[in-house]
Amino acid sequence: MTRHQISVENLRKSYGQLEVLKGVSLAADKGEVVSLIGSSGSGKSTLLRCLNLLEVPTSGALTLEDQPVEYVVRNGALNETRAIRQYRASLGMVFQNFNLWRHMTAAQNVQAPLRHVLGLSKSEAHERAERALEQVGLFDRRDHYPSQLSGGQQQRAAIARALAIEPKVLLFDEPTSALDPELVKEVLNVIVKLAEGGATMMLVTHEMRFAREVSSKVAFLDAGQIEETGPPSQVFDAPSSERCAQFVSSASH
Amino acid sequence: MFELLSFGDAGWGDEISRGLVTTLILAVICFVTGTFVGLMLTLLRRAGRFSRFVVGAYVTVLRGVPELLVIYLFFFGTGVFVRGVAASFGYTEYINLSGFFLAALALTCITAAYSAEVFRGAASSIPPGQAEAARAFGFKPSKAFRLIELPQLIVVALPGLGNIWLILLKDTALVSLTSVAELMRQSTVAAGATFRPFTFYAIAAAIYFIISMFSERAVTAVERRIAITGER
Repeated sequence: MTRHQISVENLRKSYGQLEVLKGVSLAADKGEVVSLIGSSGSGKSTLLRCLNLLEVPTSGALTLEDQPVEYVVRNGALNETRAIRQYRASLGMVFQNFNLWRHMTAAQNVQAPLRHVLGLSKSEAHERAERALEQVGLFDRRDHYPSQLSGGQQQRAAIARALAIEPKVLLFDEPTSALDPELVKEVLNVIVKLAEGGATMMLVTHEMRFAREVSSKVAFLDAGQIEETGPPSQVFDAPSSERCAQFVSSASH
Repeated sequence: MFELLSFGDAGWGDEISRGLVTTLILAVICFVTGTFVGLMLTLLRRAGRFSRFVVGAYVTVLRGVPELLVIYLFFFGTGVFVRGVAASFGYTEYINLSGFFLAALALTCITAAYSAEVFRGAASSIPPGQAEAARAFGFKPSKAFRLIELPQLIVVALPGLGNIWLILLKDTALVSLTSVAELMRQSTVAAGATFRPFTFYAIAAAIYFIISMFSERAVTAVERRIAITGER
C-alpha cells in the first residue's frame, strides 16, 4: 500500500475559458521534499495554492495521509466548513510575500494560529512559538514587528509560524522570490535544515541549485501539465522531455 | 457678563450647561452607534451583489442630501410612518416620539453612512495577503476579521473617524431647529430672552471650539498609541 502524505489526482483549474491546470497528479510521501519548477504561468503556484484550497480546483481529488479531502464548491466559491479549516490548519503555508500580520510581533504572529485555531493555552503557545523561532534563528528578534525585520528575517518568522502548528506538510510558494539576493541564502538554509529534519514539503521555487540539493522529487510544469517528474538527477541532468531540457539549461545559466 | 452666566434663576449658566451635556450625550451616542452601524454596513457590502447595492444606495443617498434635510425628514417623517404602521395594526392612539430620540436616530444614520465610506477606504488599504494568511492557517472568518483585519482597519480609519466625530459634534447644532434642548438651542433661547445674541452665540462658539480642540488632541494621542509599530 502506498502511503502518501499528501496527493492530488487529476487536478484541473480554469479561470473562465483559460485552463491553468490540465489534469495534474502529484504526491509527496512522508518526509519527501517535492519541488515544483517551471516558467512563470506554467501553473505551479496555482497548483500549490490548490493544495490548501486557497484556490478552488475546478475538479480533482485531494488526499491527506491517504484520507480524501472533501470540498464543496457553490457558485464558484468554496464552502468553508470546519473540516476545511481543520485541513488547512494541518498544512503550514509560507507565502512569497511573507504575509506576516503587520500589527503583531514575530512571536505574536507565530502564536496566533496556535491560540486561535488550534486552541492551545497561552503558555503552550508561548513555549511552542519560542521553540519555532529558535529553530529559524530568530529568537532574539521575537518581539520585533514585521516592519522592523529584514525580508529574510520576515520570511524566517513566516516559516516559524508555519512550523509551529506542527503541520503534516509544509507548503512554500516561491519563498525567496521577494528577497534581495543577499538574503536568499539565510532562508534557503532554514528550509534545508527542515528538510533534513524529515519534514514533508512541497515547494515552488526558481532556485534551481537549491531545488537540486534539497528535493527528493522534482516536477517540471509546463502549460498546466507535468512534463517531467523524477529525482533531481533525472530532471536536471537527463530529462526525457525536450521542454524540460530547454528550461533546465536556460534556468541554470 | 458673569451675571448672565450665573446659575439659578438670574443667569443662564445652568441652562447652557444642561445644553452642553445634552450635546455631548447626543454626539457620543450617535458616534458610537453610528460607527458601529457603519462597520456593519461595510461587512454587509461583502455579503453579495444585492446587499452591496443596497448599502451603496443608502450611503449615496445619505451623503447626497443636506444633513439638515435628513434631520427634518426623520423628524417629520418618522412619526407619520410609525403611526401609519401602528394604525394598520389597529393601534390608533397618538404615539409621541421624543425629539431627542429622532435627532439621535437621524444623526446615527448620517454617521453610519459617512463612516461606512471611511471603513471601506481603510479596508481596501489592507493588503489582501493579510486575510489570505488567516484563511491559510484555518482561522474562522469571524476570528480573522476580529483579530487580523479589525485592528489594522481601525488604525487606518482613525483619522477619518476623528473627522466624522468633529463634523457630528457640530451637526448636533442642527438638531436645535427641532427644539431638542442642546447647547445651540439653549444659546438661542438665552439670546432671545436677554437681547444679547452676540454674547451667547460667542459663548456657544467658544464651547464648540474647545471641545473640538480637545477631541483633536485625543485623536492624535490615540493615533500615536495604536499606530502599527515602525510604520508611519
